[in-house]
Amino acid sequence: MTTTTPDRPDPAGRELPAHARPLGARLAAGAATPGGAVYVLVAVLLVSIIISNPNFGDPSSLIRFAGRTAPIAIAAMGQYYVIVSGEFDLSMGAVVTTQVIIAGNMAGESAGQVVPVLVLMLLVGVLVGLVNGLATTLLRVPSFIVTLGTMLALFGIVRYVAGVAPAGNPVDEFRQIGRGGIEGVPVVEVVPYPLIIVVVLAALAAYSMRRPFGRALVAAGDNSEAARLGGTSVWWIKTRAFIISSLSASVAGIILVGYAGGRAVGEGYEFSAITAVVVGGVVLGGGRGWVLSAAAGAYALELLFVLLTVLEVPSTWRPSVQGLIIILAVAASARVWQVGRRAATVPDPDRSGPGHPTQPIPGTHEGEKR
Amino acid sequence: MNRHASRRVLAAAAALTVLAACSNGGSDDSEGSGEEWFVQADFDEQMEQRDATFEGDPATPWLQYIDGEMTDTSQYAAEGPKKVCFANASVSNPWRQTGYLTMQQQLEVLKGSGAISEMETRDAQDDDNTQIADIDYFISEGNCDAFIISPNSTAAITPAVERACDTGKPVVVFDRGVETDCATTFIHPIGGYAWGIDTANFLVENLEEGDRVIALRILPGVDVLETRWAAAEKILEEEGIEVEDHFTGADPSEIKKIISDALVQGDVQGVWMDAGDGAVAAIEAFEDAGADYPVMTGEDEMSFLRKWEETGLTGLAPVYSNFQWRTPLLAVQKIFAGEEVPKEWVLPQKPITEDERGQFLADNEGLPDGHYAKFGGEDLPGFPQVWIDRKVG
Amino acid sequence: MSATVTSPRGLRARGAGLSSTAIVYLVLLGAIVIGAILTATAGRNFFSSGNISAILTATSILGLVAIGQTLVILVGSLDLSVPYVVSLSSLVGGTMMAGQTGNIVPAVLVTVGVAAAIGLANGLIVSQLHVHGFIATLGVGLIVSGYLGTNYKGSAGSAPGAFRAIDETKIGPVPVSVLIMVAFAALAILLLQRTRIGHHMYAVGGSPEVARLSGLRTSPPVVVAHVLCSVMSALAGLLLLSRLSVGSPTIGSQGGYDLLSIAAVVLGGTLLAGGRGGILGTLGGVAIFAVMDSTMGALQVNPFLKDVVRGVIIIAAVAVYARRNLQVRPARFSAQEAR
Repeated sequence: MTTTTPDRPDPAGRELPAHARPLGARLAAGAATPGGAVYVLVAVLLVSIIISNPNFGDPSSLIRFAGRTAPIAIAAMGQYYVIVSGEFDLSMGAVVTTQVIIAGNMAGESAGQVVPVLVLMLLVGVLVGLVNGLATTLLRVPSFIVTLGTMLALFGIVRYVAGVAPAGNPVDEFRQIGRGGIEGVPVVEVVPYPLIIVVVLAALAAYSMRRPFGRALVAAGDNSEAARLGGTSVWWIKTRAFIISSLSASVAGIILVGYAGGRAVGEGYEFSAITAVVVGGVVLGGGRGWVLSAAAGAYALELLFVLLTVLEVPSTWRPSVQGLIIILAVAASARVWQVGRRAATVPDPDRSGPGHPTQPIPGTHEGEKR
Repeated sequence: MNRHASRRVLAAAAALTVLAACSNGGSDDSEGSGEEWFVQADFDEQMEQRDATFEGDPATPWLQYIDGEMTDTSQYAAEGPKKVCFANASVSNPWRQTGYLTMQQQLEVLKGSGAISEMETRDAQDDDNTQIADIDYFISEGNCDAFIISPNSTAAITPAVERACDTGKPVVVFDRGVETDCATTFIHPIGGYAWGIDTANFLVENLEEGDRVIALRILPGVDVLETRWAAAEKILEEEGIEVEDHFTGADPSEIKKIISDALVQGDVQGVWMDAGDGAVAAIEAFEDAGADYPVMTGEDEMSFLRKWEETGLTGLAPVYSNFQWRTPLLAVQKIFAGEEVPKEWVLPQKPITEDERGQFLADNEGLPDGHYAKFGGEDLPGFPQVWIDRKVG
Repeated sequence: MSATVTSPRGLRARGAGLSSTAIVYLVLLGAIVIGAILTATAGRNFFSSGNISAILTATSILGLVAIGQTLVILVGSLDLSVPYVVSLSSLVGGTMMAGQTGNIVPAVLVTVGVAAAIGLANGLIVSQLHVHGFIATLGVGLIVSGYLGTNYKGSAGSAPGAFRAIDETKIGPVPVSVLIMVAFAALAILLLQRTRIGHHMYAVGGSPEVARLSGLRTSPPVVVAHVLCSVMSALAGLLLLSRLSVGSPTIGSQGGYDLLSIAAVVLGGTLLAGGRGGILGTLGGVAIFAVMDSTMGALQVNPFLKDVVRGVIIIAAVAVYARRNLQVRPARFSAQEAR
């Protein structure tokens, strides 16, 4: 399927993703990249919160926070695959809502329903991703438009069929996935299942990005045509990214319906996920950024919200602070990438990097070019 | 490189200054600040209406009203079934969806009795601009005998309602009001201040000075919700309760996060909500944190009533009477029969207390979580299946 | 990154823009025919003056926003802050007018000025701080939304009768608001086709790198497009003020003008990646939406199903355009691939 091999030069002639290098170099380089800076941001926010209110430093509080942030971190990792391949997935929120309603309407009676309904939900996730991916790659509709369309259609279908709210909560066994955890653990009291899920998925994600699939994905996002000429079947690579994105939204939905119950969750989730990815230093337009940094971006954003609460910023001003922060974070990361690029002294005449005023919007050009 | 960087910093500074400047410039002369928003006269009126006597049979609260000015409708008296045109704000939340289902079933009854021939509905999908277009369309194209309008917002829809009135046909406005009294009747429960008063009084009675209350509000800038909080905040602050308000977008996971964080910061004795969506998530946040249940006000949504009973917490279910969705069509029937209707038809709005809760739970058994207990449609055809299936249109 | 030949960018862009505009108007014609038939099955006349005027009115607000959005998309950016600029403009205009006819002119000027400042901020953040348009305008939109939520708890201000007349006046079945929108569309077309900055917008959007290498300063077109987009949104907000008679802090979000305007632009055949397309096509896209909505309204289609239809039509239409672009392109390989 993919013929990009590890020893092959990066199609765009730039540095390989950092994880391709030895650990020492990786750490050193890490601090200087936006993908690494986000971890510093997480640490700074965490310390600020704990200084402002030491209660948040309590291990059991921290681990609960880590657990409840899992769904958005998972969604961010899924969105990462699409963004790094140069596309966009706006249908994520609608997928979350769909899954919440399926769970609430179909798994409300007995524990025996849990597994079949979970399977159904994951199948729905695959289907939506497949539609997004094929419409983007084969019909050549920009993914921004495809996923905007599937967002509208999916929200509409679900609300038409099932109403604006699910009939009820799924059974407790189902909700345990998002609400429960391993009890009686020393120090932290409980290890929430969502935290375990996000850690496992993060490990899988990091592994997948080292595989030929991951390299081909980054290559496709960096220069779709070059990747194609290099023998990558770009349409299938990108379609898989969309499926991963939809599946991650489905997993987020499964956790959310457990965490908070079956109500109208999901609207706007795609914007949260995209914001998290970008705060994680991943470049919109594809080809650059690390998957774990996307998850870290989600943690940074959620920590920011907690900090705003702790600092008692009036609730009406919070969107403004959020807006300011994401602009500053991305502006900073644009600068860092740029410096990194200049240091690498690899001129790249046909690609407008983030150092350019108008980098094309990901997912705005036809999915796969010719 | 350096020159570039400094230029960019300058540009950034300029951009942010521009933003800061426009926010500062605006706040000097902005209207609608907290104090101006709170209308003492409306507060006082609704305070009184809470204890008013309602005319009519308490068994059919959707036909009850507070005695007041009546509209003479003899000019509209006419034989035969009439066509009603309904400009609906939206069916985008469980409360509106429940009400719309009730209205559809009431319509079936009135079609059967020959009072109404059909109801043409246009749904504005929560947009003022669309609703204005909908009303204008009805006026020019609808061949309507009467208009029913559920305004998406108060002031903005006023001009369009006036245009509907200008046709000389009866106009029934319900739920949110408009700033004109041209309508034949304006049907609504007592209002947002009454909601705020009921809920705040309940919290004050059950809490002590200095206790901490988390207010969970859906979103800013919506007048019907702002009045609820304006009244509650005033009372709570006067009584020395500490309040923190948050916007949730009615998203249960947001709600749960807000409560969880508040519990990390310190004990929470009370929770106030401007609508019951997601009340369960708030309660579960206390469970998960191992904290004592709060004193809480939710809404008459089934999910809250069920959770309230299950947990036995000290609670109140304020009601923004969903049964008002029955009234407009019945008002149209009265109008064409030439019977007088109240100019301002104020419906009862009584919270469900712990004592009454069991009855409402029993009456609405098997209905979905997003159903509203005081929907008033138990005697309509299709009960309960229609409200279980929740198919709109 | 668009895979087209990059040399005589502007010329090609406009050449291709015209023919793809023809397709858009064919789709519009199809929508009208189908709409008229379906409307007739509901016992209504699609071509009655009331219906025509309703359809035209529906194009005015979205049309203005979409004109601005077209400019921004042409330079390769996009603007998600439009709903908040629309709301803010309706409020600034409304509170400054405060019901007094004499205040109309200063209120309009200040409103446009405030919006231009926001557009300037968008443009500078995109071009100088190199923040992607998606994030820059999302962020600025959030900043404005916080301001709105803090300072306005509902509708505010009041439009005097003279200002409300803009919305109420019609010439035959044609509302004045539509004429205003069309006038600004004409101005935007002139800007794009007859001015240097307009040509530069196509050039920068088509290939920023080539534009830069050919000695073009790439920032000004981006900044100008963002400023104009915000100004167009302000005009839409003022038009809403004239229709609603009050300013509203949520009116922009209610209309969903961010995603809807982007969809309309793309439905109008403009390339979302920038550099190709035009205002005329966008007007066609807006009209297609209006005809669809009118038809579904007459048929009393369930509001949720309306969204499904909208979503499917957007994807289908753009798929058709994409197929056509494929056939038109002469070069098998772009300059980029020939490297």
